[in-house]
Amino acid sequence: MEIRLNGKPERLTGAITVGDLIREKGLDPETVVVEHNLAIITTVDFDQVWLEDNDNLEILKFVGGG
Amino acid sequence: MHTNNSSDTLTIGGRSFDSRLLIGTGKYPSDEMIPDIITASGSQIITVALRRVDFRATTDNVMHHIPDSMQLLPNTSGARNADEAVRIARLARATGCGNWIKIEVIPDNLHLLPDGHQTLLATETLVKDGFVVLPYINADPVVARQLEDAGAAAVMPLGAPIGTNQGLTTREMLHIIIDTINVPVVVDAGIGKPSQACDAMEMGADACLVNTAIASAGDPVAMAGAFAAAIRAGREACLSGTGSVGIQATASSPLTGFLYE
Amino acid sequence: MTMSFYTIYAMWRDADLVGRMQSVTDSDVRRTLSKRTLTADDFLCLLSPAAEAHLEAMARKAHGLTMAQFGRTMVLYTPLYLSNYCTNGCVYCSFNHKNRIDRRQLSLDEVEDEARAISASGLKHILILTGDAPSIASVDYIADCCRVLDRYFTAIGIEIYALTEDEYRRLIAAGADSLTLYQETYNERLYAELHPKGPKRDYGFRLDAPERACRAAMRAVNVGALLGLDDWHRDAFFTGLHAHYLQDRYPETEISASLPRIRPHVGGFQPGCVVEDRHLVQIMTAMRLFMPRLGIAISTRESAGFRDRLLPLGVTRMSAGSCTAVGGHIDEDNGTGQFEISDERTVPEMVAMLQQAGWQPVYKDWQSLGRLVS
Repeated sequence: MEIRLNGKPERLTGAITVGDLIREKGLDPETVVVEHNLAIITTVDFDQVWLEDNDNLEILKFVGGG
Repeated sequence: MHTNNSSDTLTIGGRSFDSRLLIGTGKYPSDEMIPDIITASGSQIITVALRRVDFRATTDNVMHHIPDSMQLLPNTSGARNADEAVRIARLARATGCGNWIKIEVIPDNLHLLPDGHQTLLATETLVKDGFVVLPYINADPVVARQLEDAGAAAVMPLGAPIGTNQGLTTREMLHIIIDTINVPVVVDAGIGKPSQACDAMEMGADACLVNTAIASAGDPVAMAGAFAAAIRAGREACLSGTGSVGIQATASSPLTGFLYE
Repeated sequence: MTMSFYTIYAMWRDADLVGRMQSVTDSDVRRTLSKRTLTADDFLCLLSPAAEAHLEAMARKAHGLTMAQFGRTMVLYTPLYLSNYCTNGCVYCSFNHKNRIDRRQLSLDEVEDEARAISASGLKHILILTGDAPSIASVDYIADCCRVLDRYFTAIGIEIYALTEDEYRRLIAAGADSLTLYQETYNERLYAELHPKGPKRDYGFRLDAPERACRAAMRAVNVGALLGLDDWHRDAFFTGLHAHYLQDRYPETEISASLPRIRPHVGGFQPGCVVEDRHLVQIMTAMRLFMPRLGIAISTRESAGFRDRLLPLGVTRMSAGSCTAVGGHIDEDNGTGQFEISDERTVPEMVAMLQQAGWQPVYKDWQSLGRLVS
């Protein structure tokens, strides 16, 4: 299936949760915030949300800024 | 300017702070110097931005360099309108870092000037949603008043456009804002030298936010210390009441002499 | 409405204002005079005895600010007393219900006759006054008068008993666009002694009336105290604070203050203090420095010579051709006035004086869209 991840197309090989994807990318789940189809998902729910075809996922974190 | 506590702490959103220097985390040569900047500046409030994760550099995290004791002030940079600012604010809060938010709605990429109208809309929504809102605005006293009425915890008028280091080009408007607004006034953007921060504090500003001037200095840590000293000096000068400018003495009293004839 | 000027009054009421003013030093005054924006404490400083030595400096700064904000213009208006029926027992006023004077109220025809006579002088601003007798000089009657006057004047001010917000709206709809209301004295305790009988006894209702007028969208609101009832330092201070409060909360409303000094009148009341000429100058210039955009009105209570001297010191509106008896602009025999007039100059005489002094008399400062008269 294909989703949009941070504005770009991303192919997924099988059914996975948001938590799986985050770990797969080498990210620490505690340091990111996720928006799944415009809804905010907090860390506790990462492993409960299964990704589907055409989902829109934004994974964000804090960076330096003024 | 309104000071009504004897220990002269800065109170924003119900929290009290000794330092009146807010710092940013952008444009540093390296995030690793942030802890030293924090120590040298004495700052207790620090801004960060929210961005999409870069999947090629997944272990970098500015948060590693910020002590938990700091009050985090995420900004909504990237937002071009109120809806985007609100969205970013809610995402920031969802990280668990607190409910403070600096609203930055900047549709103009050339001069990086904020959109006051969209900022007001975002402030109204986020105040109702329980955020401690610090809006970044042009030095417009009317907009500042509207934001205060909408429940903003402070207002952050610019001294000059972001990154220009031009100083207090909006001085006259800052005077009016300082004189008419009751919530804390934090001069943000455009401060290029410690003397300019000192000047803002002498005028009666409650605090200054400095990012570029520290980050782009030859020795950012030393510069952070210089800004801290300058802000303390300006604040003390303001509180002690600057001396009178000489009043011309004249022998005649053309306007009131008649009272004594 | 949870906020009221009373909150601010109460904060300062319990402070020892006179004591604080006594402790103001010469260098305090100098420092205040070089400040750009004045706080309430600064205003208090300028009203203090120590500031008396700096009247010329205050006058110069006040003059400069007035020129910058208002230029060399003077708005002229005349008062028209519609009715002197009154149910109050204000001890300092000729219209006190106990005083045996002829009571009169103009009929609408008489109002129109007066209007015709007054507007023949060129004046476009009128201030209408009544005593406090709502069953006789009712809100309906006043509204009817406004509608008549609306055909002759472009700005109608009302100086009547305190009303509710709805009542102000009704009068605004009938053509009123400015309110003048004096608290007489801001001293709550003294106020009770001076107003033993009648609806005016209600200090709080009167205090909040200017704010109700602002909320009703009155275009201009004018406050003041009758200087001399209480220690003038206190009432001048609270007048300034009241004006500042209204200007801050209602920036779209034009706020002004009057500085009436108590004058000889029917009845034996003796004033609490004497307000000397130099005190009035100190009050006016201090107010101008505290509030650069404040309108300041001086009425014909003051003598011609003194009014002329006040011109450069911050006055922005003056009455002319006044009569404080009911009607009085046609009929020579007018009955008892509310107070004795000191400056009896006619409108043409005032205009000539102003022009000679280099001031432009302003007959028409305002006209709401939709008015019939041009």
